[in-house]
Amino acid sequence: MGQLTLIVVLPLLGFLLNGLAGDRLGKGFVSAVGCGLPAVSFLLTVKCFLDLAAGGDAPLVETAYTWAAVGDSAFAVSFWFDRLAAVMTLIVTGVGTLIHVYSIGYMHADRSYARYFAYLNLFLFFMLLLVLGKSLLVLFVGWEGVGLASYLLIGFWFEDMDKARAGKKAFIANRIGDAGFLLGMFVLYSALGTLEMDRINAAFSASPLPAVSASLIGVLLFVGATGKSAQIPLYVWLPDAMAGPTPVSALIHAATMVTAGVYMVARLAPVYVHAPEASQLVAFVGALTAIFAATIAIAQTDIKKVLAYSTVSQLGFMFVALGVGAYGVAVFHVYTHAFFKACLFLGAGSVIHALSGEQDIRKMGGLARKIPVTFVTFLVATAAIAGIPPLAGFFSKDEILWFAFASGRGGSTLLWLVMSATALLTAFYMFRLLWLTFFGRSRMDPEVEHHVHESPLSMTAVLAVLALLSAVGGFLSIPHFLEPQLPLPAVPEALARYQTPLVAVAVAIGLAGLAAAAFVYGGTGERARRLAQRFAGVHRVLYDKYYVDELYDAVLARPLLWVSEKVFLGLGDRKLLDGTLNGMAALASRGAGLLGRVQIGSLQFYAFLVLAATVAVILWSWRHV
Amino acid sequence: MSDAALLNVVLWLPVAGMLAIAALPKGADDAVRWLAFAVMVAQLLATAALYGRFDPAVAGLQFETRVPWIPDWGVHYQIGLDGYNVLLVMLTAFLGPLVVAGAFSAIRQDVKLFHAMVFLIQFAMLGTFVAQDLFVFYVFWETMLIPMFVIIGVWGGERRIYATLKFVLYTAFGSILMLAAVIYLVWALYQASGEVSFAFADLYRVALPVDVQALLLAAFALSFAIKVPMVPLHTWLPDAHVEAPTAGSVILAGVLLKMGTYGFMKLGFPLFPEATRLAIPLVMALSVVSIVYGACLALVQTDIKKIIAYSSISHLGYVMLGLASLDLLGIQGAVIQMVSHGLTAAGLFLMVGMIYERCHTRDLAAYGGLAKALPVYSVFFMILTLASVGLPTTSGFTGEFLVLAGAFRSSWLAFQAGGSGFNLAMASLAVAGVVLGALYMLWFAQRFLFGAAKVPHAPVPDLNLREKLVLAAIVAAVFALGLYPAPAMEKTELAAKEYQRLVAGAPAAKQARAEGSAR
Repeated sequence: MGQLTLIVVLPLLGFLLNGLAGDRLGKGFVSAVGCGLPAVSFLLTVKCFLDLAAGGDAPLVETAYTWAAVGDSAFAVSFWFDRLAAVMTLIVTGVGTLIHVYSIGYMHADRSYARYFAYLNLFLFFMLLLVLGKSLLVLFVGWEGVGLASYLLIGFWFEDMDKARAGKKAFIANRIGDAGFLLGMFVLYSALGTLEMDRINAAFSASPLPAVSASLIGVLLFVGATGKSAQIPLYVWLPDAMAGPTPVSALIHAATMVTAGVYMVARLAPVYVHAPEASQLVAFVGALTAIFAATIAIAQTDIKKVLAYSTVSQLGFMFVALGVGAYGVAVFHVYTHAFFKACLFLGAGSVIHALSGEQDIRKMGGLARKIPVTFVTFLVATAAIAGIPPLAGFFSKDEILWFAFASGRGGSTLLWLVMSATALLTAFYMFRLLWLTFFGRSRMDPEVEHHVHESPLSMTAVLAVLALLSAVGGFLSIPHFLEPQLPLPAVPEALARYQTPLVAVAVAIGLAGLAAAAFVYGGTGERARRLAQRFAGVHRVLYDKYYVDELYDAVLARPLLWVSEKVFLGLGDRKLLDGTLNGMAALASRGAGLLGRVQIGSLQFYAFLVLAATVAVILWSWRHV
Repeated sequence: MSDAALLNVVLWLPVAGMLAIAALPKGADDAVRWLAFAVMVAQLLATAALYGRFDPAVAGLQFETRVPWIPDWGVHYQIGLDGYNVLLVMLTAFLGPLVVAGAFSAIRQDVKLFHAMVFLIQFAMLGTFVAQDLFVFYVFWETMLIPMFVIIGVWGGERRIYATLKFVLYTAFGSILMLAAVIYLVWALYQASGEVSFAFADLYRVALPVDVQALLLAAFALSFAIKVPMVPLHTWLPDAHVEAPTAGSVILAGVLLKMGTYGFMKLGFPLFPEATRLAIPLVMALSVVSIVYGACLALVQTDIKKIIAYSSISHLGYVMLGLASLDLLGIQGAVIQMVSHGLTAAGLFLMVGMIYERCHTRDLAAYGGLAKALPVYSVFFMILTLASVGLPTTSGFTGEFLVLAGAFRSSWLAFQAGGSGFNLAMASLAVAGVVLGALYMLWFAQRFLFGAAKVPHAPVPDLNLREKLVLAAIVAAVFALGLYPAPAMEKTELAAKEYQRLVAGAPAAKQARAEGSAR
């Protein structure tokens, strides 16, 4: 078995071991397998990365087997490791392993410890299939598979119906996206006769271009991305996905799975390069989602919900980068976001852990001294996401803002303005979160406050590593590393002189957000209350997330059920079809009143009658041919 | 023993089983059960041996037997395996032991008669698949009715008489028309060539004017479409399923419904290619209607058996869509989808039976949180649910993906070549079925498995070893076809190509057919 295959298969092995035998083998075994195998995958990825560098950048390719062959087309399960896949695989296995380790402490008291690690490993397996697959089909298997793992983990505590429901919602929203993704795949396959992404990219890098609309393909595949990566209009599942255990939110619903859509677009960059309309749509939806989600995040009071909307918003940043052709920059933000968002979620987990399950930031405050490691790491990650230099988020976000402004492929002042406003909101709501959680007076229940404790080393050590990466990760220029594969868009010369001033503006924005949050939420919090009162209507709308869930329910879910129940079942099946049938039967039985005497109620007799009639018909027809 | 003889053994073993059961003394119920199980296992082993020896590189029939039966009418007892039927025969033999094992504790009344009927229907179903002579096919086709009629009528639920009569009337109605068409077809062959034959191979060569083809196709199609069933000929199915005992539902969903789709593939479409090509937009439209309509109805059911019954209508819509696509991917996908549906629906009906034996209700509202009370049961149920939804790595994905890809590709290419966009719209709409499928199955699973534990007649035991083994066999097959369908698809590839050639009618093929009938 080749090493790429091994990277993918090891977590699957972990899933099988823990899923089938974990309960019997004890927690030590479960932890060792659950964390050990992903760690081996990570080490193997590092080795592959070195091989890639040593081999002069020739992608590593491995074919595991042929899944199916039909006519002249064969669907192979094969893996492909180039620079882009390398970055993604390192993030997935690296951050993945860290979060597995964190989970040992976080989940130690859970009854379903083995099931948890089994699911988490299953997720890694599918995610690795997704990032390493050479064919869109393999990518899609991973794509749907991570959806399954997400479904299982959101509903991990399935006895709570709300949590089970949140899992289902995620699956359905993803499925809607997947239908678009499938259509995109089918168009590609119908037009090019292949789903191998290297061949697709080659076809769109050659001239003449394939005789198929790249924008059609781009839009359809992007529909899939809006599902998986939580963009408008399918983002609604992600905030609810916070029902899962917090490490799951960190790994799946922040650091890795939700970036799959970004990865997919970057992977098919040659298609999107030739799809200006699709790219415009990507940028538009990204920008809209970014600012929309950021406004919601301002008014949320659940620590995980704030972070969830922040994730939706940050994913919007990534899609803006993709939409303006800065594919490498989008991946850069995937990379930095993985660190600081994982750190934030795990930090939130540590807070929740310390507060015996409390998630409402109105009932926190003053935690900085009580859980110092969590505080410091959370602070670093908050500063990173807010774009304070020289932390990681600053570099990637700054580049996104720059290309939103200056890219020759769709950059514009308006786009820059929207994204800058979003950046300001981001800094504001993140410092608000930091403030309400860690500063000011304690608003905790005395009972809860009494039990506050810092998390065990297995958790705080992971937080420290992630905070470190959030701090320094930005110095590694991913766009530069990926440039041979994903060239950056050209910038019109006239705009080049704006680059330095705009960096200064970006820094100012981050600091302004911080200052505004400090002003509003500092002191007694009286200003925040008055602000909320003065804009009570707006606050209500934001707090209730623009009523989008209610809208979907009224426009989609209810009508579907109504039509199914009243029209299809009531009118169609019962009245029209069965009604006709029963009417005919009644008519026949009235006409056959005389024959009624043969109804002696014996089943065998009926059976005999049917048989006899059949034979008679056969014989009769034969004599009349 | 030659392979051809072995195929005869496979076919007639159920009859031997029937006789053996009849010889057992009254009241020896356990002996009947074990004997039936042993015969079914023997049949499975023999079929597996044939399956292993089935050469994918050989076009046409293998292990063929052809002996005169009614010489005056040109009827031959002709059976054989080919790419059309090989997977379905395997499926039928595979489900046989599971049906018997699944009924071990459920059937307590008239045990002998029950197993005799199971054998009879097994015989009839296998006969229908392996028959290569239309007369033989028809006899087997009609024979299927009787045991199913009895199984539902004797061991069924409260409204069993209504359900079983509805089932029989529907199917008998279709059969009569098909019979007329069969007779006309043979007569036309006689007119053209002077020979009287019922052999499929001969009948394929009959060249008929397209208007006559249309009429005959309509007659065949009605009979097959009722069996599938396609909307709007489906209302017998939910009633039959609800009233049937578990074994009846398993046979019905597992194999019997595939008679309809198999009939279309082996007879209906290839016998009347010109008419079929004209009817393709209609078939595609009805397939999509079945997919969507079945899914929507599954969404609003409260009886767990009805949910799966309506889901069957939806899933078989994919099969019809694949057959109508005339695209190699779609055709191969249709065959896989038939097998996949056979496995998942059979598995789900078995599981409904298992919970019914414990809790004595099929009302979904009575259940909740089974995942806590019956963890092993729930894992199996979840796997089968996901397979039914078509999640990758399961057989459901293989079938659905290939069908949708094929239907899309063929209609896309036709559209690009200047054809109408109707088929393309239908193929795209069918993709929406993927969402609806997830919607009703996950909604079902959520209410059934999750939430606070609510189990009628609690505490009830989790699955016993027998039940675990039955389900494990099905789940293994589901994953085998999902992870590595290539070996199975290899066996059906040449038949799929032949079907495509017969129906899509490359000009050369059409000419050959005309020459053949002139000879």
